Amino acid sequence: MTAALRFDPIRLPEKCEQLRKEVRAFLAEEIAAGTFDPHKPNREDTDVPEFSRKVGARGWLGMTWPKKYGGQERSFLERYVVTEEMRVANAPTRRFFVADRQSGPVLLKYAPEHIKMEILPRICRGEICFAIGMSEPNSGSDLFAAKTRATKTDGGYLINGTKIWTSSAHIADYMIAIFRTSPPTKENRRHGLTQFLVRMKQPGIKVNPIGQITGQYEFNEVVFTDHFIPDDHVLGEVDGAWKQATSELAYERSGPERFLETYYVLTELVRAVGPNPDTRSAEGIGRLVAQLHTMRRMSVSVAGMLQAGKEPVVEASIVKDIGTVWEQQLPHRVRDLAAFVEETATNRETLERQLDFAIKTAPKLTIQGGTTEVLRGIIARGLGLR
Amino acid sequence: MAESDNIVVETAEKIFADLADPQTINNDKKGTWRAPLWQALSEAGLPLSWVPDELGGSGASLADGFALLNAAGRFAVAVPLAETMLAGWLLARAKITSPEGEMTVLPASPNDRIAIDADGTLSGRARGVPFAKTAKHFAVLAQGKDGISIALIEASKARIESGLNVGYDQSDTVTLDKVQPVTIKTAPDAVDQTTLMLMGGVARSLQIAGALESMLDISVRYSNERVAFEKKISKFQAVQHNLARLAGESAAALAAATSAADAIANAKSFNDEIYLEAAAAKIRCAEAAEKGGGIAHQVHGAIGFTMEHILHRYSLRALAWRDDFGSESYWAVELGKLVASRGADELWPLVASR
Repeated sequence: MTAALRFDPIRLPEKCEQLRKEVRAFLAEEIAAGTFDPHKPNREDTDVPEFSRKVGARGWLGMTWPKKYGGQERSFLERYVVTEEMRVANAPTRRFFVADRQSGPVLLKYAPEHIKMEILPRICRGEICFAIGMSEPNSGSDLFAAKTRATKTDGGYLINGTKIWTSSAHIADYMIAIFRTSPPTKENRRHGLTQFLVRMKQPGIKVNPIGQITGQYEFNEVVFTDHFIPDDHVLGEVDGAWKQATSELAYERSGPERFLETYYVLTELVRAVGPNPDTRSAEGIGRLVAQLHTMRRMSVSVAGMLQAGKEPVVEASIVKDIGTVWEQQLPHRVRDLAAFVEETATNRETLERQLDFAIKTAPKLTIQGGTTEVLRGIIARGLGLR
Repeated sequence: MAESDNIVVETAEKIFADLADPQTINNDKKGTWRAPLWQALSEAGLPLSWVPDELGGSGASLADGFALLNAAGRFAVAVPLAETMLAGWLLARAKITSPEGEMTVLPASPNDRIAIDADGTLSGRARGVPFAKTAKHFAVLAQGKDGISIALIEASKARIESGLNVGYDQSDTVTLDKVQPVTIKTAPDAVDQTTLMLMGGVARSLQIAGALESMLDISVRYSNERVAFEKKISKFQAVQHNLARLAGESAAALAAATSAADAIANAKSFNDEIYLEAAAAKIRCAEAAEKGGGIAHQVHGAIGFTMEHILHRYSLRALAWRDDFGSESYWAVELGKLVASRGADELWPLVASR
């Protein structure tokens, strides 16, 4: 067989179910206290620092990290449970999500000890927000075309250039970014980029919010003008960022957030059709639930492989490809099925409001964090086609 | 999965490789491959995998049997292996000893019913019964006024109208008219028509997933050999992306089917969670058969549309398997009704229950 794709039927261990109960109880309390409204997904641009700190206080940020950095040394499967429950509840995770999923693990692997000791415990406490500085005006999917320069100077680097489409940069305390430290070589066009830790509140950085088609301001242009970064903020090998990027992708691409982004419209549809749906609604809901269940099983399977220390990069790319295409189509399928919902359905207004937002959100889902085209390229490489 | 890690699957794969090679079978217009294949499978005890030793079987676990069906799908095996396994499983529920030879199960469709008459004979009609024409015996789930029974009957006592499914395998209509069973016993509480359909559906899901794995495999191989416009077609991005989607469909089918198999193998009873697993597997695998099989054909072009090429052995069989033990439309309606009756706020707890 050319393609030995593995999706073993991994189950969440018993201890996850206790944790799930705790997370659900916590979220129910927060909803009751008015911290957020689970029926209002359209608050991507709102920032709820207090919620972030409470999640941190529960020990649910940096869960898998070593205790000396504030972590809990729990498993990826436990983290998975927290992530999916938060997502399904439409909890305001924006402030901590990137740091917990991505930035923390990068620091753990590449930052010097004193920086780990400084920053990781603050992520765990839910105090700080991270952004990811990848795309540039002329470098999106083609990551290695990045031009923003890091020029060596006394004790560090001077940064000049522009990052763009940077989510949360307007609220972020830190960014993990790639900058060009050397030109690419003839043999390796990926050479010459270096990963840095950026302190966003320092001089030489201007953040300009960019309006999105949802009506929100969630991503930004970030302009660097002679911004100074000290030497000890280099993460990993100078000129060697390309060697560091791939293994992180499995974490980034296979989580429950990759198919649950518009899940709320399915819940509302089930509410709207009531306990005795007609055949058409029943069939539509049945198919969507079967597809959702399958993706979750695939996603849990990848989480299990990560926990076992494997690097299921191709499997993770498949989860994101199928998951994001599904969550993108979901609002449209729900709209089809809702077309004949009774005028009297009590949640009709909620469903319509949610659909309006989900339909506007949908186009970004197959673009952010690795486009469908990039993912299919990675899968094709895994199949031995390139 | 490509690599086998249990002895049942290893044994089966050896037999399939020797006696069920799709190319050899495809070239054999007279069907001379059938008898030696069945004999080898029988000698290895595989058709009665799910029958305990004391009832005439080889007593493999549910999990091993499911893995065997996945392997059978990878070879598009066209003998009543899955059917005999299901029949043996059903008979064993009522502690009925399995006879030798090919068997199949009645009914094979959720809406067909076989009734127990007052005199203890069986009557009714079952459509789309796989391999009824080949089977020597039928395992029957029958409804009487005192509840459900499981019966063993001789195939010769039934009227069989032959048919072929879209994959050219036997799919027959079986009519019972006051047939005296060889044995009939009351079914245990846990076994009813739905249980049988879910078991059959998961068996078909694993076969479809296996067929898709092979379709991915031969499609990738073909794209790396076939040259067009002066390069291998695997170098065209449009072809690469099609194959990536096929990999996704294959992966989804495999994940759904093996998850359902694992759920059933470890289940104490057929509750809502098992229902979700099994119904979802059949729905998603059927969808993957359509989408994935379509891509495999597109990659192969005209050669894959010929009887000479082996692709149709997988693609058409995967499509045919969609129909057995409840189509994806049937299960989608049933699953949708279940979800609706539980209510909106119980959907996520159901999905996240395992």
